[in-house]
Order: sequence, then C-alpha cells, then structure tokens
Amino acid sequence: MSEVLVKPLRVIRSRGYVWAAAAVLLLAFPFYLDRFWLQAGLFAMAAAIGAIGINLLTGATGQLSMGHAFFLAVGAYGYCVFAADGGDGLTGLGLPTWLAAVLAVLVAGVAGGLFSPISGRLGGAYLGIATLALVFIGQHVMFNAHDLTGGANGRDVPPLSLFGLTFDDRELLVAAVPFGSAEKLWYAGLVLLLAGALFARGVLRGRPGRAMNAIRDHSVAAGVLGVPVARHRAAVFVLSSMYAGLAGVLLALIFQRTVPDYFGITLSLEYLAMIVIGGLGSVSGAVAGAVFVSLLPQLLTRYSDALPLVSAPGTGGIAPGEASRYLYGAAVVLVVLFLPGGLVSTAARRRVRTDPGEER
Amino acid sequence: MSTFAEVLLNGVSLGSVYALIALGFVVVFRATEVVNFAHASLLLAGGYITATLHDDIGFWPALLAGIAGAALVGAAVEFLVIRRYRGNDHSVLAIVTIGVDILLTTELTRRIGTDVIPLGDPWGDAVLKIGPVSIAHTRIAAFVAAALLITAFLLAFRYTSWGVAMRAAAESGETAALMGVRLGRVSLGAWAVAGGLAAVAALFLTVFPTPGLERATSLAALKAFPAAILGGLDSTTGALVGGLLVGITESLATGYQSDLTFLGRGLGDLAPYLVMVAILLIRPAGLFGTKELARV
Repeated sequence: MSEVLVKPLRVIRSRGYVWAAAAVLLLAFPFYLDRFWLQAGLFAMAAAIGAIGINLLTGATGQLSMGHAFFLAVGAYGYCVFAADGGDGLTGLGLPTWLAAVLAVLVAGVAGGLFSPISGRLGGAYLGIATLALVFIGQHVMFNAHDLTGGANGRDVPPLSLFGLTFDDRELLVAAVPFGSAEKLWYAGLVLLLAGALFARGVLRGRPGRAMNAIRDHSVAAGVLGVPVARHRAAVFVLSSMYAGLAGVLLALIFQRTVPDYFGITLSLEYLAMIVIGGLGSVSGAVAGAVFVSLLPQLLTRYSDALPLVSAPGTGGIAPGEASRYLYGAAVVLVVLFLPGGLVSTAARRRVRTDPGEER
Repeated sequence: MSTFAEVLLNGVSLGSVYALIALGFVVVFRATEVVNFAHASLLLAGGYITATLHDDIGFWPALLAGIAGAALVGAAVEFLVIRRYRGNDHSVLAIVTIGVDILLTTELTRRIGTDVIPLGDPWGDAVLKIGPVSIAHTRIAAFVAAALLITAFLLAFRYTSWGVAMRAAAESGETAALMGVRLGRVSLGAWAVAGGLAAVAALFLTVFPTPGLERATSLAALKAFPAAILGGLDSTTGALVGGLLVGITESLATGYQSDLTFLGRGLGDLAPYLVMVAILLIRPAGLFGTKELARV
C-alpha cells in the first residue's frame, strides 16, 4: 500500500515544471495581452474565487445553494459602502480601501451566518430552494435601499489602493508597457486566487474536508461518527459566502460600477454550472469550470462574426450571450450524464493511466 | 373592507394557481426524488405553445396543445436526461435539471424576446360585481379550473392503479419494482402530469390582469418553489396549503403596498420568499412534510 501514497520523484518534478511554466505565463500576460483579454481573464479569476466557495458548499458538502449571487452582491456593495467617501450623495464610510475590502468579505460572512438557522438544518436540494429567497431579497434591497446601493442605476466603485499603489486607470509605465487598471488588478487577482485556492485545498484535505465529505455522502453516518452535522453545514455556508464576498469585491473593482441587474438568479445558476462542468468537490474543478463558463461568452462575442449561427445582439440571430447559455446548459447535462467528476476528472484519469502509483 | 375581500379573493385564486404548479413539483419529487428546477421552464413551454397557436386554431385547441406539448417536454426530459443518469446522488440530479432549465428557458425567452404575447383567452378583462366587491372573471376561472384539476388529481392519486403505483414507488422504489410496478413508466407519467399542470398554470399566470406571456413569466413561476417547500416537498396537502399561503400573502402585500412603502416597491414579488424563510425557521421540514427519520 505504501507505494501508492509515495509519489514518484519523476511525477513531482514534471508537475513542478508545469506549474512553473503556468506561473511564468500568468505573470507575463499583462505585458503582452490587450485590455480585452486581461478583462476576460480577470472575470475568470473572480469567478474562480466564487466558484471555489460554492464548490466547498455544494461539491464537497452536498449543500445546494442558489443564493450565491446574493453574497457576491453583498461583497460588491459592501466594498462600495465602506470605501466610498460619500461624494456622490450615497452612503460611504470613507475607510481605507484595503480595509473596506476585508470588511466587505467579513460582512458577506456575517450575512451567511445569519442564514445559519436554515443552512444548518436543511440538506441538499431543500437548501437550494430556500436560498432562492436570498437572491430575491437581495434584488429587492438593491433596487430599494437607494442610499446604500444607488438603486437601479447602481453606484461607482472606488479604486483599490494598497501601499500607495492605486489600481485605477492612471497609467503607469512598467518596462515600457502602460499599466492601467486591468494590468494592475491582474496581479491582485492572481494573488487573491492563489491564496483562496490554497486555503480551500487546506480545508478540503484536512479534518474539516473529511467531515464535509462524510456529511455529503451520508449525513446520519457522519453524525454517528461524531461530526457535528448542523454546525459544519452552517460553517461551510459561512465560508462559502466569504469566498463569494471576495469574488464580489474583485468583480466590483473590475466593473468599476455595480448594478443590481447583474446579481440575479442567472448569476447563481452560472456558478452552479461552473462547478458541475469543472468537477464537484475540488478546487481545480472549480477553477476549470469558472474559466470555461466565464470565458465562453467573451470568446463568442469577440468572434461572433467568424462563427456560424452566432450573430451580434439585436440582429435577430442567436446573440453571443444566448449561445453561451446554450453551450453551458448543455455542458451541465452532458457532463453529469457522461463525465461524472467533470472536466478535471479526465485529466486525473489520464494521469492514473500513465502513473499507476499516483493517488487518484 | 371591500378592498380586503377583493384582495383575499384574488389571493385565493392566485394561490390555487401556485398550488397547481407546486403540485406538479411535488409529484415529480415523490415519484423520482428529484427536485425539479426545470419546472418553471416547463410552464413557460406550455404557455408559449398556447400563445403561438391560439390565433390559428382557436383558444381551446391551443390550450389542449399547450398542455400536451408541456407534458411531452416533461416526458422528454425524464426520458432523455433523468433516466440516463447512472449515479445515485439526487442533489446532482437537481443540478442536471438546472442545466435543462437553462437550455429551455434560454430558447423560450429568445423566441419570446421583448414581446408580450396574449393567450387569447375568452374571459378578457370582464369583471363580476357582487355588491361592493368586484372580481375579474379570469380569477374565478383560475380558481374553478385549479380546484377541479386538483380534485381530479387527488382522486386519481388515491383510487386509480396509476396513483397506487406512484404512491408505492414513492414509498419504496425497490419494493414497488419487485411487486411489478414499472418504475420507468411511473416517473415518465409523473413528469408528463407535472408538465400538463404547469401548462394550465401558465394560462392563468398570464391572463388578465397580467398583460400576457413574457420573459418574466418564468420568474412568476419560480414562486411556486416556496409554495412547495413550505408545505413540505413530499406532501400533496402541503403543496395546496403552501400555494394558497403564498398566493394570499402576495396578494395582501401587493394590495396594501401603499401602506407599506417604507419597505420599498414591489414587495408582492418578495412576499412568498419571506413567508418561506419564516416558516423554514420554525419548521425546517415544512408545514406538512415528513421529518426525516433515520434508522441506524
């Protein structure tokens, strides 16, 4: 058995090369790609952070949530409220922006905690229906609490500034490449995503992860083995809300303006689609799915002229947004039916075939 | 007082429509243990078929076509997707129905576009006056149709062999299969019935005072989810009570909106969800749902 657990040095080394190459590429992108691609990549990063959160909840613990959009909104608007200086007539506390970002994430966590009497007691799909309420309550508040949210028009997002560096569009030359907000945010996004992914991996591989999987597979058995089921369900819900809050902050910084329409039920469904397509219950699955689902509409928009069937919005054909919804809707169904485990499972399976010593 | 009576009557009528939708939802859940998130899109499909056909073939044939069409779509979803799933994790199946919902809703909303399509119903905007209370014909028709359908369904559920088979399958699938109940057929039937009921509900969600079928109709249909869960997902009685409760609350919140302005506009759309959260806080299994009992 022991040889199953020890990875051959060759595997570790080759994986190290892949990681190093990926890191170099990701770090170099802002110097070579134009704004469109950076923006698309940033969306994917924000989505990946949110998807990791919902994968902890839905994938690893088996608790369906349709309310993820609500917590994204809490993060986005929370950041605006804490960071804005109140110059536009809306409530703003004028805190330092980094503190505002941290507080926004905490507020999202508190919002998740307030839902814990329900999130701790309901299991699986029941919770999915209950969390529908959050999306609609969120929409109601966003449209009506004008002082906080700016109503239907939304509100501007103050740029993040950290250690004297402001992530706005004032251009900064780095190695003869002008750095606007997209380039600067790119690195912030990378750091946040890496931290989020490592933390989630730690959670999944440690005691809490075992407990979460046990709850998903058989909550009664988990309870008998001494796992406090309700407390774990509630705690994972809080953690997942905080990930969503962080993703919300990042999205707000990318958009530079938050509007309530974005945080509707469709967004929640998108996040569920991401984790199913990528792979339930793993960090890499969440990231893969997030990249797939969030890049798809961007790619289709960019190349709508060259693609058959897809046409620009408003011309009567299938708009890029719709085309991408067809694609990921179909992907969800097909992946569950034919590829249980998602996109990352194919990669894992190939690894197992070449290295029988590899664990999963 | 007359406002109150009107609001209450409208609420009961609206609630009976929600009960129809919730009933279909509960039937699918009992027969296949799948939480069917595609239910709203089945409703949209039924409504769309009725709306496009009524000009050519008249209202009643169009309604029948809508019911048949939605039943067919439901059955197709069961046959092509639900039946092909080989795992046994029901919350994954719930996510599959979300995928189906994304597909169907995208297609239907693309076809509907920004239009508001009337369904060509014979009631129009006629209003019945009883003393000071006035109520639209469509609301009366909705209540009568829902009451008839629900009664017929409950009788069938209790006395026909189809109903017995379905209840047996819900009780214990394996035992039912060993007794000769064809589970595939039962679940196919459940999905078809759910689709048909949803198509009828689509009609009454889009007639007067609502202008017609539009994109947002699927959002209105979503309100039947709280109705189903606050009654208890596995209880047909619960679906009825939940539907009525949701309908009446929504109607009250809309009717007395002017007294509730401090809570913001559009409170009626939110009311069903608030009721659901309030009830789930007290009774996590819903009002009539069976508490999950586990024997170890």
